[in-house]
Amino acid sequence: MTYEHHEYDVVIIGAGGAGLRAAVEAKQQGLSVALITKSLLGKAHTVMAEGGMAAAMGNVYPEDNWKVHFRDTMRGGKYLNNYRMAELHAKEAPQRVLELEQWGALFDRTKDGKIQQRDFGGHRYARLAHVGDRTGLELIRTLQQKVVSMGTDVFMECKVLKLVHDLEGRIAGCVAYWRATGEFVTFSAKAVILATGGSGKSWKFTSNSWEGTGDGHAMALWAGAKLIDMECIQFHPTGMVWPLSVRGLLVTEGVRGDGGVLRNSEGKRFMFNYVADMFRAETAETEEEADKWYDDHTAGRRPPELLPRDEVARAINAEVKAGRGSPHGGVYLDIASRRSPEFIRRRLPSMYHQFMELAGVDITKEPMEIGPTNHYIMGGVQVDAESAETAVPGLFAAGEVTGGMHGANRLGGNSLSDLIVFGRRAGLGAVAYVQAGAVAREMNMAEVEAAVAEALAPFDAEEGENPYDIQRDLQEMMQANVGIIRTESELLEAAAALDAFSDRLKKIKVKGGRAYNPGWNLATDLPAMLAVCQCVTRGATLRQESRGGHTREDYPNADPTFATFNLAHRSDGGNWDSPIFTERSPLLPIPAELKALLEEAH
Amino acid sequence: MTDVTLRVWRGDASGGDFEEYVTEQNEGEVVLDLIHRIQATEAPDLACRWNCKAGKCGSCAAEINGKPRLLCMTRMDQLPEGPVTVTPMKTFPIIRDLVTDVSFNYRMAEKVPALLPPPMPEEGYRMFQEDVERGQEFRKCIECFMCQDVCHVIRDHEENKTNYAGPRFFIRYAELEMHPLDTNDRRDFIREEAGLGYCNITKCCTEVCPEHIKITDNAIIPLKERVVDAHYDPVAWLGRKIRRKTKTKAADAAVQPAP
Amino acid sequence: MSTTERATQVVLGGTRGGPDVPTLRTDRWWLQPVVTVSILTAFVIYSTWSAFNPHNYYAGAALGRDLISPFYSPCLASSCAAGSRAGFFLQGWPLSPALLILIFPLGFRLTCYYYRRSYYRAFWWSPPACAVSDKHATYSGETRFPLIMQNAHRYFFYAGLVFNALLTYDAIRAFHQPGIGWGVTVGTLVLTLNATLLWLYSLSCHACRHLCGGQVKSFKAAPIRYRLWKLVTPLNARHMNFAWASLIFVALTDVYVRLVASGAITDLRLF
Repeated sequence: MTYEHHEYDVVIIGAGGAGLRAAVEAKQQGLSVALITKSLLGKAHTVMAEGGMAAAMGNVYPEDNWKVHFRDTMRGGKYLNNYRMAELHAKEAPQRVLELEQWGALFDRTKDGKIQQRDFGGHRYARLAHVGDRTGLELIRTLQQKVVSMGTDVFMECKVLKLVHDLEGRIAGCVAYWRATGEFVTFSAKAVILATGGSGKSWKFTSNSWEGTGDGHAMALWAGAKLIDMECIQFHPTGMVWPLSVRGLLVTEGVRGDGGVLRNSEGKRFMFNYVADMFRAETAETEEEADKWYDDHTAGRRPPELLPRDEVARAINAEVKAGRGSPHGGVYLDIASRRSPEFIRRRLPSMYHQFMELAGVDITKEPMEIGPTNHYIMGGVQVDAESAETAVPGLFAAGEVTGGMHGANRLGGNSLSDLIVFGRRAGLGAVAYVQAGAVAREMNMAEVEAAVAEALAPFDAEEGENPYDIQRDLQEMMQANVGIIRTESELLEAAAALDAFSDRLKKIKVKGGRAYNPGWNLATDLPAMLAVCQCVTRGATLRQESRGGHTREDYPNADPTFATFNLAHRSDGGNWDSPIFTERSPLLPIPAELKALLEEAH
Repeated sequence: MTDVTLRVWRGDASGGDFEEYVTEQNEGEVVLDLIHRIQATEAPDLACRWNCKAGKCGSCAAEINGKPRLLCMTRMDQLPEGPVTVTPMKTFPIIRDLVTDVSFNYRMAEKVPALLPPPMPEEGYRMFQEDVERGQEFRKCIECFMCQDVCHVIRDHEENKTNYAGPRFFIRYAELEMHPLDTNDRRDFIREEAGLGYCNITKCCTEVCPEHIKITDNAIIPLKERVVDAHYDPVAWLGRKIRRKTKTKAADAAVQPAP
Repeated sequence: MSTTERATQVVLGGTRGGPDVPTLRTDRWWLQPVVTVSILTAFVIYSTWSAFNPHNYYAGAALGRDLISPFYSPCLASSCAAGSRAGFFLQGWPLSPALLILIFPLGFRLTCYYYRRSYYRAFWWSPPACAVSDKHATYSGETRFPLIMQNAHRYFFYAGLVFNALLTYDAIRAFHQPGIGWGVTVGTLVLTLNATLLWLYSLSCHACRHLCGGQVKSFKAAPIRYRLWKLVTPLNARHMNFAWASLIFVALTDVYVRLVASGAITDLRLF
């Protein structure tokens, strides 16, 4: 078969913050760049980010610097992080944020005209550069406009099915299809950057859009790269719970950063009962002390509502289980009684509209009902911190699809800064790789044909299952068995269930034609979703401890013996139904001077 | 839980027609929930574009009972009783069912002369809240393109698509023109290339904007007034002549060419 | 959307989706244009009648009053009623004195951004309502003569300011009338309210907002203009309300003065 074909130096898969930033960098270095996105340009999940991007610029608290940010990130990640990524991130984030303003970003300002910074959970100082509660939109629009003004080639609504190697095993490109026509298209590239984002769509209640199907995780796995920390999944403490139609939709942490508190059905600020030893020294003990902190961080210690997300999500879960939840199974997030309506509308305009229009709740008058929602996967493709290169020559990755940067739990605001710091590094890494010259020459067309045949198979089936049924069952199974609190028996049940799903995937029937067929598109998503679920379940079973975004009921404490390695998954065979192997991958040793920072008492 | 009837237009460039679906409706559901239910049961190939389902990405714009709306932000219980009609955006060529080819908007985006700020000082630019606020309103835009869809200049006059940028890009131009750091003068460009004069300020763009951006009052009319400054105001022209030229004349300005 | 299509012009003539009907709206979209047409038509008929009937536009000393209709102020023709004349006048103007001046307030309203929206929709059906087909074969907007003249709005705005000042002067004079000396009659209040509404209409005008401060790039660098802009911006948000209120009231003021001047009613003294 012959397909529409394009040739580029660098092909970037995914046009969220990381992909766009990588494109800017590779393009600036003079390479030919293609940006491929399965949605329209500017719709990526980055737009959903609300609160801000963390960068130790010290505009509000001059005491802040990269060292404090590094320490916060590592502590938040329960030391499972790739320290080098956390270090580079803390050091480079301020410059990355500032340069956005050269390209047209308009952040909220301090009185003296600098970029305003807001408080967020786990960050010692007010550190999040933001635009109201729509910072992600600002980031994506800024980078999108930059990329367009540079004349970058963008392939929209073009879904990549698989990465393609050359005969020597280097990455040589990818095969995709146009959603509008259903026609296949091949891209040959000297380097490919994965920037495909997350995988929350495999759970029932998630803040992720339909795109979060883990395509990049799966493609990397199938191409020979390693996935680490897949069991570490962030359940954001505050997702909407009612109406059911919007269950899981994100409520920004900015609500708490700006003074909102969590209450149970008895009206009590329960977070004071859930302060872990690790954070006791820096957390307020009384409401009075906590309330002083908002105006002056030296007058009191932090309110417990601003503990890292894993802590808060677990606490909410426990309150609901103890029977102190709200009518729809959440708890209350109250800013109405604590801040003026004008303040709330100015600082949290999208939240105001979101609740007003979707739930009929006026957040300036009533508390919000919220509960944990699958939000982010800390795990992902293992990469080199400096160059963002994976174990496969020619394959790079940046953003949520990578693992290591955030360890076992990500701090709010560290995601957007992750995108721009490592998006740029992936761009540079790909440029260096291309310029070094040892690049792939030709795609192995057998891989292309196999991917195309696999994609078309659901049309040929005489009869079979509706992909929507499989997706719904998978989401319900993962929500029930591999949710926020895990236990061995359920994980084993999940593993068995996933094997059964693997069989069901072979018997999908797609109705209709190839042109813009969402059922077919879902059928092509399902293998990736399954691969992610398998890695998550394997990791969760093997990590017999509780750490960050991974909580085991049967092993409720952190175990120091598990603090020395990541669990790494790799595929043997490269097909979606090839067996997956899991091994221990030792953490990078932290240099003494950085270790000293972590141990510093605060 | 009640049953409702949705009349969904299904078809492609070769033609199409309404198809009726009777489906259940639960408390608090939006039109997109019902479309998803139809996809998951009766019509898995019903084409509909969507992403965030939270009114933040602007993907699911379509026309509900004849009006441009976001499918994800239109609650069923706020629509009048009776069958609900769902059609694709009318202004753009159809791809399939509710999905249209919105590439017109991306072509217009390519033409925008970019921000041209002075070199950035090491510690970053200083800008002030009162100066960034005007632009921030326009940057709330989620690019749902419903303002473009409803604008009769191109909705009813296909031929104008070659010379008219549309409301979405007028707010972009307004944002750049009001940017405190920008040194680019786009007023000639806005008049001649972006077709600002075609707008007859009938305000439908403002009416449909899901972000409640005051497109007409805060962007289009200020742009029209800026064009008047540059082209139709002899007093301002004289003023510029008499005062030392602090601003480049529009015609000579270094409008950055579209990339 | 691929590389080959990039940087090309927009492709015209794509097939559109949905049924080929003028609109699928089922709500009463026609109501607003009907209301607009009714009010504007009524106003045009009344003001035309008034302008061509140069009688009873001034209640003067004979009635112990000094009330002039806004349609006739300033009264610039030699034919103007005694006491109603402005400081100078034109000899031999054969027509109604209203016709000498009405072009200015009329032009201000005709080129007003709000009225443009209303009459383009209601009279020209371009479009009659949002998402309702405009039915015109071609459309060039405000790019050609005569509609390019809409760009002259700010000159009518300047002229409007002069008229506002004159009508304010008329209102102030109505506080000291021949029959009563210093005092307030219903007519005083009518003229005052009329002048106030006209000021609000002018100050809330989009051109005014632009000239006050909207045109500057950096508010920080122009603090006084920023304060002016902040003052008129909330007014501008209610420009539509002021447009209708002042339009209707200016006609009512003319009616009132005519009723008093013709002796149909007595202008009551309040205090």
